[in-house]
Amino acid sequence: MGIKTFQQAISEALALEMERDERVIVMGEDIVGGSGADGEMDAWGGPLGVTKGLWGKFGDRVLDTPITESAFIGAAIGAATTGLRPVVELMFIDFMGVCFDQIFNQAAKFRYMFGGKAETPVVIRTMFGAGLRAAAQHSQCLYPLFTHIPGLKVVVPSTPYDAKGLLIEAIRDNDPVIFCEHKLLYTQEGEVPDEAYTIPFGEAAVVREGEDLTIVTLGRMVHRAVEAAEALAGSGIDCEIVDLRTTSPMDEDAILESVENTGRLVVVDEANPRCNIATDISALVAQSAFDALKAPIRMVTAPHSPVPFSDALEDLYIPTAASIEAAARELAEYRS
Amino acid sequence: MQLNKDDALRAYRTMKTIRVFEDRVHVEFETGEVPGFVHLYAGEEAIATGVCLHLDDGDRIASTHRGHGHCIAKGCDVRGMMAEIYGRKPGLCAGKGGSMHIADLTKGMMGANGIVGGAPPLVCGAGLAAKTLGNGRVAVGFVGDGGSNQGTTHESLNLASVWQLPCIFVVENNGYAEATSVKYSTACDDLADRASGFNMPGIVVDGHDFFEVYEVAGEAIDRARAGGGPTLIECKVNRYYGHFEGDAQTYRAPDEVENVRQNRDCIDNFAARAVSAGLVQEDDLASIDRDISDLIEDAVNLAKAAPKPEAEDLLTDVYVSY
Repeated sequence: MGIKTFQQAISEALALEMERDERVIVMGEDIVGGSGADGEMDAWGGPLGVTKGLWGKFGDRVLDTPITESAFIGAAIGAATTGLRPVVELMFIDFMGVCFDQIFNQAAKFRYMFGGKAETPVVIRTMFGAGLRAAAQHSQCLYPLFTHIPGLKVVVPSTPYDAKGLLIEAIRDNDPVIFCEHKLLYTQEGEVPDEAYTIPFGEAAVVREGEDLTIVTLGRMVHRAVEAAEALAGSGIDCEIVDLRTTSPMDEDAILESVENTGRLVVVDEANPRCNIATDISALVAQSAFDALKAPIRMVTAPHSPVPFSDALEDLYIPTAASIEAAARELAEYRS
Repeated sequence: MQLNKDDALRAYRTMKTIRVFEDRVHVEFETGEVPGFVHLYAGEEAIATGVCLHLDDGDRIASTHRGHGHCIAKGCDVRGMMAEIYGRKPGLCAGKGGSMHIADLTKGMMGANGIVGGAPPLVCGAGLAAKTLGNGRVAVGFVGDGGSNQGTTHESLNLASVWQLPCIFVVENNGYAEATSVKYSTACDDLADRASGFNMPGIVVDGHDFFEVYEVAGEAIDRARAGGGPTLIECKVNRYYGHFEGDAQTYRAPDEVENVRQNRDCIDNFAARAVSAGLVQEDDLASIDRDISDLIEDAVNLAKAAPKPEAEDLLTDVYVSY
């Protein structure tokens, strides 16, 4: 046990699973860095250094790929159906556009189309989210698109502890898993055990208990929700925060149970507002916990626009603790 | 590459099974009993057969929307295939895949594929698994002339070459991507020429000639098994039916298919050459013909009589666990 970053937690999970199971390989663009060049190998370890050091330990089981996402994501999927357990990195989630066919028409559907006779134990690790001034093609929150597809599992961790446990679970899982890492969480620190452990999919974490209002959220927004809840506590508004951790499967029971107790719901999602996780949860609660609601549901999301480049605009784009707090206050005061 | 009698009989049995299977599906489709989209492989049998005769269950292939021939050549159960095409529960994919998604991973058949150019990346994966596990297996990807233009195919040729994967890419150039001629859609005369850009051997063969396919594929597969990397083989061929069943094929010359059937049919030519060379006897072939006729009749009768999937099957096998 020790204080580790989100990035270290992921690196540790990869190393532990590669040690445990020789079928686990890691591949992606510049996950080693320097392949074929005259200088040093392992020059990058991924664009943010998450996989640095793995090549030194595991050699040929850590593979740099050409920048051909369709071919190498598809290759990871094909390898998963024929004996390996690849963890493949899609550098930015935005790049799903050039390889989505292999993910949603191939990996997601094999088991069903083939009458239950295929297993595709592949993990696609991918970086998402706004805040790095990376502009519209390197900043999106596209996990709702994956969540829509039957056959895929989708993980969106918010803490180093969860990142390690959920990634090990993903690698041991026999279905295709999309593992979404918010790029501004890599430096987040937290307690992480040294040994391998797993966190089951479909089990949300109640990261703060409260009586007055439920905030359901995920990824980086969990931390902004915590910040908002602390401010609200000063005004006597007691928030419960449910961190989804996985969007497919999704822990519907945890959401409904919390809303049954509090009667008020704010859903916070960094994704664009149409057909996202917030709308999905709002529909769930409207259908299944309508009688418990004391106020309308409020969604706090990014707007219906691409992610802007200028910091002046990007900071307006991303949901803030203040916008979460405002939504919560509105509900707390509703008809009171 | 010398063919012994057993292999020659296997080759004949495979090609003829594909032909009779496809001709029968063509007939049955017209009755309206076969649902969905069906793309027939008749005319191209020498390719799947000539390649797959070199493979066993541990070697992998991935296929196209025109996949019945590859499935049969790779050893998929013919009765299970027919039941699948009819959408029945005992089908090879429990009635949930249909003609375009027949697969049997236990036979090394990674699936027909409804997406043009869908297979080549998956084949790189099977090659990567074979190379990583060091098990001496190879992976063969079939694409059509249409699929050969997809970016996935070009990316996969590059990746397979960069990683020196034990992969063979077989382009079945039947002259048409749906209703568009390869002469219109493709910027080169021989698709095999593209191999040079990926630093791998590229070979053109007559896709009607079993012996030529068998020999060239054998060399490529042996090279891949020995760690010599990938090969691109272009098989020039004709398809006897349309892009899909129901295609009126008005885009083709009126006598085009008949000419090939009369003069270049892969099964007729194989039989004539094998018999004249003394490799097999007419009686052997006639006996196989009778077996196949019975098999396909039985497969259709079983398929028609088989139950359809039930409501309880709708949500099974979406995941291994969820």
